[in-house]
This record gives sequence, C-alpha cells and structure tokens, in this order.
Amino acid sequence: MNAVMPLTPVGPATFDRPLSIAILAMGGQGGGVLTDWIVAAAEHAGWIAQSTSVPGVAQRTGATIYYVEMLPPRDGRHPVLSLMPTPGDVDVVAAAEFMEAGRAMLRGFITPDRTTLIASTHRSLAVSEKGKPGDGIASSEPVFEASDFAARHAIQFDMQALAERNGSVISAVMFGALAGSGVLPFPRETFEAAIREGGKGVEPSLRAFGAGFERASRPAETAPAPDAEAPPPVPTSVGVPQLDGLLVRIHGEFPETLRPMLFAGVKRLTDYQDVAYAGEYLDRMRDLLALDRRQGGEAAGHAFTDAAAKYLAVAMAYDDVIRVADLKTRASRFERIDKEIGKRDDQLLYMTEFMHPRMEEVIGTMPKGLGLWFERKPGLVRLLDRAVNRGRRVKTGHVGWFLSLNCVAALRPARRLLLRHAREMQHIEAWLALATRTAEQDYALAVEVLHCRRLVKGYSDTHARGEAKFDHVLAAVPSLLGKPDSAGWLRRLRTAALADEAGEALAGALMTLEHAFEA
Amino acid sequence: MAERSFAREVEDLRLGEGEIFRGEGILAITKALLQSGVSYVGGYQGSPISHLMDVLADAKDVLDELGVHFESSASEAAAAASLSASVMYPLRGAVTWKSTAGTNVASDALTNLASGGVTGGALIILGEDYGEGSSIPQERSHAFAMKSQLWLLDPRPNLESIVKSVEDGFELSEATNTPVMLQVRIRACHVHGQFVAKDNRKPAFTIREALENPQRDLNRIVLPPASMLQDRQKLEQRWPAAVDFIKRRRLNEFFGPDAGEIGIVMQGGMYNSVMRGLQYLGLADAYGDSKIPLYVLNVTYPLADDEVADFCRDKRAVLVVEEGHPEYIEQAIGTVLRRRGIAATLAGKDVLPLGGDYTAAVLSKGIGAFLEQNAPHLLGNRPPLPSADAIVAAAPVQKLVEIVPPRPAGFCIGCPERPIFAAMKLVEKELGAHQISADIGCHLFSILPPFNLGGTTMGYGLGPASASAFNVEAGKKPISIMGDGGFWHNGLSSGVGNAVFNKQNQVIMVVDNYYSSATGGQDIMSSRADSDRRSTNNPIARAVRGIGAKWVREIDRTYDVAKMRDTLKAALTSKEEGPKIIIASSECMLNKQRRVKPQFNKAVKEGKRSVKQRFGVDEDICTGDHACIRLSGCPSLSVKHLDDPLRDDPVAAIDNNCVGCGNCGEVAEAAVLCPSFYRADVIYNPTRLDRWMARLRGAVIGSIQRRRNARRVVFS
Repeated sequence: MNAVMPLTPVGPATFDRPLSIAILAMGGQGGGVLTDWIVAAAEHAGWIAQSTSVPGVAQRTGATIYYVEMLPPRDGRHPVLSLMPTPGDVDVVAAAEFMEAGRAMLRGFITPDRTTLIASTHRSLAVSEKGKPGDGIASSEPVFEASDFAARHAIQFDMQALAERNGSVISAVMFGALAGSGVLPFPRETFEAAIREGGKGVEPSLRAFGAGFERASRPAETAPAPDAEAPPPVPTSVGVPQLDGLLVRIHGEFPETLRPMLFAGVKRLTDYQDVAYAGEYLDRMRDLLALDRRQGGEAAGHAFTDAAAKYLAVAMAYDDVIRVADLKTRASRFERIDKEIGKRDDQLLYMTEFMHPRMEEVIGTMPKGLGLWFERKPGLVRLLDRAVNRGRRVKTGHVGWFLSLNCVAALRPARRLLLRHAREMQHIEAWLALATRTAEQDYALAVEVLHCRRLVKGYSDTHARGEAKFDHVLAAVPSLLGKPDSAGWLRRLRTAALADEAGEALAGALMTLEHAFEA
Repeated sequence: MAERSFAREVEDLRLGEGEIFRGEGILAITKALLQSGVSYVGGYQGSPISHLMDVLADAKDVLDELGVHFESSASEAAAAASLSASVMYPLRGAVTWKSTAGTNVASDALTNLASGGVTGGALIILGEDYGEGSSIPQERSHAFAMKSQLWLLDPRPNLESIVKSVEDGFELSEATNTPVMLQVRIRACHVHGQFVAKDNRKPAFTIREALENPQRDLNRIVLPPASMLQDRQKLEQRWPAAVDFIKRRRLNEFFGPDAGEIGIVMQGGMYNSVMRGLQYLGLADAYGDSKIPLYVLNVTYPLADDEVADFCRDKRAVLVVEEGHPEYIEQAIGTVLRRRGIAATLAGKDVLPLGGDYTAAVLSKGIGAFLEQNAPHLLGNRPPLPSADAIVAAAPVQKLVEIVPPRPAGFCIGCPERPIFAAMKLVEKELGAHQISADIGCHLFSILPPFNLGGTTMGYGLGPASASAFNVEAGKKPISIMGDGGFWHNGLSSGVGNAVFNKQNQVIMVVDNYYSSATGGQDIMSSRADSDRRSTNNPIARAVRGIGAKWVREIDRTYDVAKMRDTLKAALTSKEEGPKIIIASSECMLNKQRRVKPQFNKAVKEGKRSVKQRFGVDEDICTGDHACIRLSGCPSLSVKHLDDPLRDDPVAAIDNNCVGCGNCGEVAEAAVLCPSFYRADVIYNPTRLDRWMARLRGAVIGSIQRRRNARRVVFS
C-alpha cells in the first residue's frame, strides 16, 4: 500500500483535498442529470470523480441531495472519496430552489471560508406554505441575507426562468452557472463536451448552459428591493364623462395619499356593477373620511380611510353567481386563457368549468321577498336542492352553456333587488357601524376592525367558515376597547384566524387573550 | 414498465477483459454477477436496490446470451426460497432485496437454506437501507447473519471492492456450503465510479441440466434428525472453513503502517468515511495513505479471530468503527481479546455515537476523542476540523429555521391516489375521524399534510391485518389501506383472506395504480400492460372474490372524487358482515406520462386530431382561501401574489407541469369549494368539422360578447 508514497515521519504525504459539490434539489428537478454532467466533465479532464445520491425512487417532490467529489489521480493512484458532504467542507453548493439554499445553510454546507453558492432564486412552494388560509409564503429575504453572511461567493438568480426562456431545464442553467463560477479548473469546452456526450436535448441544453455561464460571470445580484415603488398616479380623465365624474370626486374630495386605493376601489366596483354603485362607494368613503378627520386621523396618514377604501370595495364587490357568470363569459377571459395555455393559431381551445350550484345560491339570486319566502320553507328548499345541488361541467365555449351563463350575468342590473345583496349590505352596515363606534374611542383598534374584513372570503362552506371567524374575532372588540395594545391584540387574532382552517390557532389566541388582562 | 430505463447502460455489461467500466454501483454488481458465471438471479424491488432489479430486467438480452435465468420474485421470501436451486446442484444463484425489511420477510426461507447448506454459490445482495435517506426502521442485517450462520460481506464502498466482493462471495459460499449475504449501503448502490472489467462467464452447469437430472441428498433437507446434524456441521465444519477461507484469501484488508501503538478496526463500508476523518485529523492523505494501522473487515461475519488477535496484540488501544447498533463486532472482538489475554484497550461506541450515520464529521470527532485518550501525540499540531457550527449558530442562519419549510416526499403531479384521500377527507368531515391502518407504498404519504390521514403502518401488505383487532361491535368501522404491490406481496392472504375468514367488519381500500409504484414502477400481477415474459392483467377484484369477499366495489377512475366519497361512505355505513373492499384503480401518473407522452407527440406529428388537457384557475374568481390545496396538495397547484392593491392573500395558480388529471376540478366540485377551476381542452390538428363548429360558436359567442362590452362603462 505504501510502496508508491515514501513515508514522511509527521503529517500526511500530500495535502491534496478533493473538490466537493453538493446539489440540493427536489425530486424530479433533474439533479441526477446535473450530477452526471459534472462527473462527465471531471472525467473528461482526466480527474477521478465520484457521485452519490439518495434518490427517493418515485417520490417526486421531497428535498434530496446529490454529492460529487473529484481529484486527479496521483502517481497512478486513485483518491479515496467520501460519499457524503461534511459540514464546513463543501466547495460548491448548487441549490435548485431558493429555500433549498436555505436548507443547505442550516445543514452547515455553506461556509464563508470555502463555499460558492449557486442558487436559483425561484420558489417552488412547499405544502405548508400553500395550504394556509392566509398568506403562508415564506420570505426569500432572509435567505439572501444569510447567503451574504454564510457563502464565500453567491451566484443567485432565477435559473428556472432562464431555463424556460431557452427551452430547456434548470439543470442546464445550473451547470452553466457552475462552469461560469470558475470554481472548477476546467475550460468551458470540457463542460460542453459533457452535455454533448449525454446525448439528449443537446442543443437546448447547450443554449441554457451558455445563458447560465454568461449570467454567472456577471457581478452578483443583490436581494430584489421590496415593492417600494409608488403606485401609478390616478388619472384625472379617461375620456368617458361618467367615469370622469368619479375621478373628479376622487381628486376633489380626498387627500392625495388615499387616491390610488380609492381608484382601485372605483375601478373594481364599476366593473362589478355600474358607475352609480361606485358613486355609492365614494359617498360612504366621504363620510368615513369625515369621521377619520374628526378623530385626528391625518396624523396617522388617514389609516382608517385607507383601510376602509380597500375593504369596503372588496365587501361591496362580493362574490355571487352573477359575478362568476360575468367573469367566466368575458371576451377578455377567453383571450387570456388562450395566451396562458399557449394555444397556437392552428389549434382550438374549449373550457370546461367545474361548478356546483346549491339551492342557497339560487335563493340568494331571487328578489328579496321571494327569497325570504323560500327560506321560511325548509322542506321545499330541501326538495328543490335535490334537483339543483349537483356538480356541473359547464362548457363555456359551447353556445348553449354560454347563453345560460350569459343570462345569469345579465341579471347584473337587478342585483340591488336580490336577497344576497340585502344580506351583504346588512353585513357591511354592521361592520362599518362597529368600526365607526370604535373609531370614536380607539382609532388604532378601529383600523384593525376594518382590516378584519380580510377574513371573509371564499364560496359556500368556505365563505361560511370565513364569516364565522370574522364574527369570532370581532366579538373580542368590546373587551379590547381601552386596553393597552388593543390594536395589536386584534391584529394577532386576525393572523391566527388565517393560520389554519379549523381555527385552532384562533381558539388558542382567544384563550391567551382571556387571561391577558387578568393581572 | 420501470421508472428508469437502463437500456443504454446495460450495454456496459458486455465489456470484456481489461476494459474500463464507468457507472453506478448497482450496474457494477450486475456486471460482477455475470463475470462470476451466475446461473439464475431473482429478487424483490425496494430502495436502494430497486434499480438493480430494473437493470436486470433491462439486461434480458445479455442474460439470455449467457443463459442466465432472471425472475422478479413475488416477495423476498420467494426470492430466498429460489436459492434452493443451489442446494443440490452446483448452480450459482443470486437474489437481492432491501434490508432489513426484505430480510425479515425472507428469514423463514433463509433459516432453512442456511441449515441445509448449499452446493452452488448462493449470494444474497442486501441493499442496506440504513441512515440518512432510509425509508425504514433503523436495524441491522448483521443479526440475521449471526442467528442463521450466514456469512456477511460489507465491502469498501468503491466499485472495484464491491465487484471483487461479489466474486469472492460465490467462492466463499461454495467453499463453506453456506449462503453469503453482501450488504451495500444506500450511497454505495448509487455511487458512480470505475473498475477494470473481466469477460462474462457462462455458467458451467446449467439449470436445464439440473432439471433433467434431479438429485436429492437427505442430509441437505431440513428434517430431524438431519437438522441436528446440520447444526453441528455449521459449527464444526462450515464456520471454521469460512474463517480459513477469509484468512487464506485475505478478504479482509490491512492499510497503513504494519506496527503502531493504536489501530482502527472497521466495517468495509466505513472505510471511505474513516479515511476522510483521518484526513481531517492530519493522519491520512486523500490517496489512502494512513499514519495509523487500519484493519478493514470486508467480511463482518464471521470474524477471523486470529487476524483480530494479530492486529491487536502489540497495540495499546484499538478502536472499532461499527455503524448501527448494537455493537456486535465490538463485543466479538472484546471476547477475542479477553480469551487470548490481549491487553489492548477496546474502544468503540464509548467514543462514537450508538446510532445514526457515521459521517466523516462524526468519525473525525470520535477518532479524535479516541486518540486524545490513547495516543494524544499523534494528533500533532491539530489542524482545525472542518466545522460549520459557528456559522449555523449565527443569527442570520438561525433565522432560517423558521423560514425554510419542511419538504418531505409526497404525491407526484396528477397522482391518482390524491383524489382517494381527498374523498377520505370529505367523508371524515361528514362521519368523523376513523381508525385508519396505513401500509407501505406511495399511499403512505396520505399520513403527511395536507391529508393527515392514517394511524399506523406495520409492514408491506399488512394494512388490513393491522386492523384485525378492531373487530368488535362499535359505532365506527376501521379503515385499512394497502397498495396493489402490498396486495400481491402478501396482502391477499394476510389481509383479505384473514379478514374474510374472521368476518372482520373493516373497510379495506386497495389502491391499485397498475404498478409497484413506490419502488419505481415495476409490473405486478394486476398490471395492465401486456408482457411476453410475465402474466399480467390478473384483476385484484377476481382474486378477492375468489377467496370469499362479498362486498367488493371497483372504481376504475379514482379522480371521480364524488363517486369515491360516496363509495367510501357506503362501505362505512354498510350493514353487511365481512370486509368491505374498495378497489380504487387509476394508472400511476408518472408511468402513464412516460407511456402516453411519446404516443401523443407522435400522433400530433402525424397530423392526427389529438386533445391535450390542462387545468387553470380564474384568478379573479379565486378568493385566496386555499381550501383546494388543503384537499389536494398537487405540486402543480400552487399560489401566487397578484398585482392588485385590493388583494392581501395569494390566489391559487396551476403551473405548466399540470398533466390535466382533473383532481383539482373534481375536488372543487365535490367539496363545493369555488368555481375558479377550469379545464382547457386544446385540440391539436382539428378536423374540418371542428374548425367549422369553432367558427360558428365563435361567431355567436363573439357577437354577444361584443354587444355586452359595448354597453359596459368601465375603466380599461
């Protein structure tokens, strides 16, 4: 064994250490292909390369690690290479998704003395992020901050998008970025030869490789600035007299900082119902602004009116069958879907909608009096529900179905007379009344009351659940009045209500609140 | 049809004497089998040796040329039993499975095989599923070797050593009339490396010759009193013969200086990590030069006591590096030292962790502690060990603990099992939570979010059996789940047969996706593909009815969530006695896509009318509650933020990977969620009639839309 290398009395015979590359990817992202390319490039250069992985055989979405080590042979002897990465001893970490870069840091694979991080900044959301009833998307910002701290050098950009632009897959861009990073002492041709040897999709792969190579050679990209840009200015005229009337009111009756939100509200409501409806919105907003001013809201940047401008518009544009039918049958929607699906001119596209109407929706769409009459006849409703309550596949592109939906959409002018509208308006009145009453005693809490409208969303059961949570949270308002950090408490309750479907977090938060003011 | 095709790689199996083989561990093992003149090969798939089975299946031509018989066994027990061909005849046979799961299943046959002994070399290749990435409980195959007197090889994890071990294993088996197990760890199965090939060898004696000239030898049959004799033979002949062979053929290796005050004994599989650990301590280089004497056990059972004694005799202390627990080897070495009065201090699990992966970092720490106690001067000027502890502990990285989401493996895009569990969730909402006995297979992911279903998992095909005790009068019935793989592995008898016989009032959900999908999509008895070499298309329903099941419902499209829900509800509320069996069938989407995509592309290219389906979400209609995701979890169904100041929460969105399975639409419909989902049917190469109809529809719909737009007063 020791015949080739003469023994020196102290210390190892050579200080050569292998180059190590850890690839963090999700199953199905092509981490194996990238690994094979790296090995092929190293072998091309006359090095000895070893790769290992722990592939979940079929499980596509789990996080997984591929690991490569390489070193040239010495005096005809092959190196002894390790089968797994050692924290603090990894030269390159390639992360095929941004949170996986974060995971690599948590596992200690990225250290400032050694590691070049090559990470795609795109996100592929985990189930835990997607399933939250509110916004569960993890922020990428801390990963950028941590990589600034932990990596020797970081190459971070959206490799998925670059791959798509080049008609290829992310592994090709990552391979290009690895080559462009200059960590491996091989010329570009060696990498490209590895792709050519692979034999599959060579041209697109080479294109994506080149794009990645070029991008990695450029200076580092810092964290994208949070959306700080000011909203576009509100126009004073769009050339339609009725709409210009609304714009005149926005500009004339409201301070400048509130105008963008009011404009968004007015746009939504004219689209939802009509110009008069948007006018009603502005009437209410005018009153709310007056209240805001009386409570000295100017100092708080009219936070009360701003919140009301947003949530009143959302509340007034409640989701009903007329709205759904209207949106589903629009020409603009047909065009948008053609574009999204990527329909070519020589192809045809038909949509099938998955709808499930129930008697509740039918009654909601009846004139108020008739609807109330039906509601007093539960037996009859149950009977009729049997005929109505069924999943329906609606082919919007077929004339018959289109006409049916179009009829429902055509009920729009009559919406104000319908039972559902009356119910929604009652709900809005009660909510605004609470906010108004609260504003007179506790301005900050009143702003939070307005924000709680965010809890009401969805259709059918989901909508009922949202309203129940809304009621639950707002029921705490009287007990919060005049308490220290009352607004903070309501905000925390709202956040808890959005954390899970069953309302466990909310129940916990309410329990905490019960005991909070005991001492 | 297996997940991965090795059609290109198997060409490397033809490499001849002196050529360089470059590739993966499992492929190298296959090549080694062929170089050893193997007559028959069998096995059962499972990580990490699934691909070994796939390679063998894809290598049919090469195997045929050499006259090697290959069979995918029905279970590990079947594979082990097939080695009985080597009992009476000089036939070399090899089988493979995942260990310890498969070894548990096979142990009945192994016990008998080991007792009677073999004439031809019998090799069992164990994919040792231990450590990070493992999918089973952390146990060791070593115990099986000890209890049955089987020899256990654990070669150094490089292709050259693994290949040599396969060849040595056959010879050792023949020299000692004992089956030999060869364990290869997860990473070694997938390691890419190289070795110098030899020519393949045709078996000297063929199965056909054996079949046509039957032999029997009563002494090899496990019946008393022969079994008593066999036990004596094990102890008095086979064991000493094995130790002699191991020493004579130097199966174990020594590295580093001949003499030294301390030394390290290790399992072969630990070699690379030990070397890296030593390198970190400044006691070895990257090319295998060690400053410390190393004794590498490529055979971990039995030990060659003399070798152990010789290695330890002149040393002050010896460290045993043995992954997994308990420390069988360390105990055995302790016995050798004590019996022979050797004074060397024995270290092992006192400085190394009792369980878990022995990574280079773990080993450098453990070896460091060992040296500190026994030979501190060797540590020299102590180069700093690589460590990321300070970095990981720093605030910017610690902040990520809260941010980085867990990402366990889950159902694939379009998986037909997802709607089954969505339906189960809907039933749960109606009838309350149930006792659910889960099983091994992809469907086990139902235990994870977003479904959070399933209470136990006892073993492959044992879902229904593990609900057996819940057979009493009660307001609810237990539910059990098993896959088609588990069903044919043993679930038909241990699950369905058992439930019929004992009149169990349970609901058995058989998830039939046409393949043994979790292990990579191998065909099984009920697979729908036609195969020349195997009998497929044997329906599960016929099997369960055949053994007496009465209440059997078949759902041939699992994506029909409403039907799925109603059937499950009917099963749970049925008054009939005996098991209620639902067979929910839809093809594994991963396999289906692999099968259908090329066909579709070909049809489109040929100008044939073809329809491609994809799903989408109307973002104006979606309110961002994400109930759909909580009932689906499809990787293709995600959420995104809209550029709309009136929106707080992200809305659902479907990405380009959607395969149009329809689950999200069916779930939205069955659960009455919301009308945001739509399916887009794109017609490629429309016919003349298609185009004419489209023009007509477009004209009518377009004119209505134009009229509506004209009447509307909105901001553009």
